[in-house]
Amino acid sequence: MTYTSNADLGGRPCSEPIVDEPEDVHFHAAWEARALAVTLAMGATGNWNLDMGRAARECLPDYAKRSYYQIWIAALEGLLLERGLVSRDELDAGRALTPPLPIPRRLLANEVSAVLAKGSPTVRPVTRPARFAVGNVVRTRAGRVAHHTRLPAYAAGRVGRIDNVLGTHVFADAHAQGLGESPQWLYTVVFDGRELWGNETANGLAVSVDAWEPYLEPA
Amino acid sequence: MSGHDPDHDYSHLDEMELRVRALETVLGEKGYIDPSALDVLIDTYQTKIGPRNGARVIAKAWIDPVYREWLLRDATAAIASLGYSGRQGEHMIVVENTPRRHNIVVCTLCSCYPWPVLGLPPVWYKSAPYRSRVVRDPRGVLADFGVSVPADVDIRVWDSTAEVRYLVLPQRPSGTDGLTEEQLAATVTRDAMIGVGLPRVSG
Repeated sequence: MTYTSNADLGGRPCSEPIVDEPEDVHFHAAWEARALAVTLAMGATGNWNLDMGRAARECLPDYAKRSYYQIWIAALEGLLLERGLVSRDELDAGRALTPPLPIPRRLLANEVSAVLAKGSPTVRPVTRPARFAVGNVVRTRAGRVAHHTRLPAYAAGRVGRIDNVLGTHVFADAHAQGLGESPQWLYTVVFDGRELWGNETANGLAVSVDAWEPYLEPA
Repeated sequence: MSGHDPDHDYSHLDEMELRVRALETVLGEKGYIDPSALDVLIDTYQTKIGPRNGARVIAKAWIDPVYREWLLRDATAAIASLGYSGRQGEHMIVVENTPRRHNIVVCTLCSCYPWPVLGLPPVWYKSAPYRSRVVRDPRGVLADFGVSVPADVDIRVWDSTAEVRYLVLPQRPSGTDGLTEEQLAATVTRDAMIGVGLPRVSG
């Protein structure tokens, strides 16, 4: 079984310039606003979790060719089709052709503000001691895994230092696969720029990732 | 008006407009979504939740040492005390720029961003050039934003790979001693709170 994320961009060769934009630009077309809202509203139904949503986006084969909201819409359609919540015929017709499936929840207009303000915290009660403490030296997992993961390729198989212990959090890898929350200790791991990019790297660069305990071994 | 209703003139809609409209219609007819909830969501991120929230947090930290200490120790609670909490800001950490260290925030894997204090991420934050380059060549990225950080200042890039969200506390600009909290907030740009800009003092 293979799994390919097309979204893991850190450190990839790219010479395109970055173009800033004003703070009051929210959307670049009317449909982008609807795409945001429909994605959030369907996310709130509880038919999939945040990590399943991310997995659906990063697996899109033409990820690099799409704008961000195009990615969101393609992934949303995929999640709906996979679960039989809508059919391809319905999307093509632009109207419902069959009765709906039952869904866990429906986000109502008068609940939006409270639902956004509450969010979805991922911290869970501690059930076992943390394996690492601030200052410990660790090596990150080197091999590829055949599922959604949150260890960027540029930080795989590298030696870093525990910079912060962040508590136990829902483990994205398990959560994305439908294996439950499987909470794990989460750490900020900081790497020297040279460890990531080689000895020609300029002085004084440090890069950190937030890494769950299963990504780490003592070094 | 000429009777030319743009809402019903499909000839000018491109493929994405039609595709999203079709999707929204199907989901509404199925009863999975409340169409008026979509309007509330859009209005919220257009008018209520944006970088002026974060600017208020930063300005308060600049003038109130007790708040600053709280913000650096427990950002989630300190930010919630000003009314900003929830989706994509459930677990906040504020990182402080100093004369020795400049902080920059990114999400190389997708678009993780502290929504309650900064609103929706700008397009460049979600795009390949920023996500690929900033972890490798942050000074080159800063140059694209017209920002130069002295060579003897360390750069720390925070890749938001889990559900912790980061906000940069910029250094308070010199010459702002007489400003009110509101005037200070006006100097705090979105880009300064991501770490790719500096506060902007006018005049």
